[in-house]
Amino acid sequence: MNTCPIPLADYPVVTLAHGGGGSMMRRLIRDLFAATFGPDSLQSHQDSALLDLPPGRVAFTTDSFVVKPLFFPGGDIGSLAIHGTVNDLAMAGATPLYLSCAMILEEGLPMETLWRVAQSMKQAADAAGVQIVTGDTKVVDKGKGDGLFITTSGVGVLEFEGETGPGAIRPGDAILVNGDIARHGMAILAARAELALESPIDSDSTPLNHAVHALFDAGLDIHALRDATRGGVASAVIELARDSRHDLTLTEAAIPVREDTRGACELLGLDPLYVANEGRFVCFIHPDHAERALDLLRTHFPDTTPARIGTVTEGRTGRVTLTSPFGARRPLDLLSGEQLPRIC
Amino acid sequence: MKYLDEYRDAEGVRRIAAAIRRITTQPWMLMEVCGGQTHAIIKFGIDELLPPGVTLLHGPGCPVCVTPTGIIDQALAIASRPGVIFCSFGDMLRVPGTSRDLFSVKAAGGDVRMVYSPLDALALARQHPDREVVFFAVGFETTAPANAMSVFQAAREGLTNFSLLVSHVLVPPAMEALLASPDCRVQGFLAAGHVCAIAGCEPYIPLAEKYRVPIVVTGFEPIDVLRGIHQCILQLEEGRATCENAYERAVRRDGNPEAMAMVDDVFTVIDRTWRGMGRIPHSGLGLAPKYAAHDAAVKFGLGPDPGEPPSACISGLILQGLKKPHECPAFGTRCTPEKPLGATMVSNEGACSAYYRYRKS
Repeated sequence: MNTCPIPLADYPVVTLAHGGGGSMMRRLIRDLFAATFGPDSLQSHQDSALLDLPPGRVAFTTDSFVVKPLFFPGGDIGSLAIHGTVNDLAMAGATPLYLSCAMILEEGLPMETLWRVAQSMKQAADAAGVQIVTGDTKVVDKGKGDGLFITTSGVGVLEFEGETGPGAIRPGDAILVNGDIARHGMAILAARAELALESPIDSDSTPLNHAVHALFDAGLDIHALRDATRGGVASAVIELARDSRHDLTLTEAAIPVREDTRGACELLGLDPLYVANEGRFVCFIHPDHAERALDLLRTHFPDTTPARIGTVTEGRTGRVTLTSPFGARRPLDLLSGEQLPRIC
Repeated sequence: MKYLDEYRDAEGVRRIAAAIRRITTQPWMLMEVCGGQTHAIIKFGIDELLPPGVTLLHGPGCPVCVTPTGIIDQALAIASRPGVIFCSFGDMLRVPGTSRDLFSVKAAGGDVRMVYSPLDALALARQHPDREVVFFAVGFETTAPANAMSVFQAAREGLTNFSLLVSHVLVPPAMEALLASPDCRVQGFLAAGHVCAIAGCEPYIPLAEKYRVPIVVTGFEPIDVLRGIHQCILQLEEGRATCENAYERAVRRDGNPEAMAMVDDVFTVIDRTWRGMGRIPHSGLGLAPKYAAHDAAVKFGLGPDPGEPPSACISGLILQGLKKPHECPAFGTRCTPEKPLGATMVSNEGACSAYYRYRKS
């Protein structure tokens, strides 16, 4: 494994001088970020990156990452910051190309930690096929940050024809999910609470752009995509139902939840449908194409179980109904805030 | 999943639901005591599987819901003090006191932390000897042993900076208060399985005899709940009234004697005010005098249980099974999970929250 290029004996932790605009900041950017992100990153030494984009409409998005702990089973704040923005672009049907990376560092953050995060970002960017081309660094006083905050923005280009989004949803559409749900949220909660689980739950954080590209490339009639991040799969489908004013039904028994995830959810009194994911999305697709889409998803996500979880029905009220294994039906609605673990 | 799937099995559910329909000849009003059971019933639609005329009333067994406003206000006052780390289970943080909640205190700079166990709070007390660490000890018999253990350990280690703000309540006295009320409509009880796993079934035997009411110790999964209902209706139909255990896999007749011994050492039975139900004799636990050094009420000079101020919330009627959540004029309008008037709309186990979440439309 490489070692941190900033001499740890000199600067074992981030100091205010690393954000002061002087030689220490230049050295941090040159020796840590530019050296890690590669020769094409931060390339121009100008105030902006200059990019050549292929023809087509441009998608542009931004996201901030404030996760605690910074490292968790299955990922860390660095890989998350890449996946989050890459996936937002993919959900618009775009091929992600370039990212920016702004970091707010808390004075006293171990340099080794920053180095590990930067390496993780590079690995995640390579896996997603994107480049980090510009960035920014600020340092705040000790106690004014939570170690490290990252904001990434990204641009991508729409290669494929046709509109996707709530307006394209049609009655009869199949609703798919690309794998078992609720693992990211439970991985974070378990790491935070130091729950003594038999084996740690690993986050589902992963880039979705290659799978989405494959779905479009196969010519499948995709009507809407939404990544099921905060608020979980339930919030993602509820938002699409409301925005499209189409009614949906989900089949509870068809929604894949891994056994250890389900156990941890039960323990804390949480509903996996509302727990965050970072590598899961719902896909609304013409029902005739659902099986082919599932086959493709299975090849892209071999470690999990993509599934058809629901259907768009005829109603136009924007409601989501969940059918329980014994036939009871109940409405699904957005929660007012985060789910809170229960007392007993 | 072991211990879960077999109790959510669709075929098993249908079979017991059919058995309940076969034995039921007249209307019955049953009360599930525990809020966890209420949520299972509403979430899985168990009440829809019952014969018409069998009504489930939702009982007072939600620890968040029955904690009186006065104690919440005490918690807010302690949590606002500099130098205090105030620790609480997650679902207490949004419960409104007279004017605000613990989240607001946190936002205003109070050091309020969500923990998963009182032992986490104890660990904080060890890490921060210069700070006062206070744990908000709410709940029924279920949470009492772990809370007792935290005080026992703190005393043994000499951690004088650790204390509990205690608002513990006991189930049998509340059931007796309901039964003794002239308004009582309850004909049979599903007793709370987790409470009985600690305290055993015996406290319910005299209640069943005295008030001629069947009491069936019941679990929380769909099949558990239906089994409890089946045994309760069977007793009613046959004219019997005894305490039975339909949750044998978790509950022994004498409960968990080791856990109860810890509770008996650390706590002492006192009168308590219940939110919406008023003062009930011998219905709560307070710290025993020998542990007064770990009593936040003593340490911060809070005085006795302040009682319950008047409120627009009808949670008292709901907790006694006299009203259903949707019969409240404020339900879903002036009172929502975002702006709750009372705790029954806040807690994961509150009846109003269950109706709002699963039945709103």
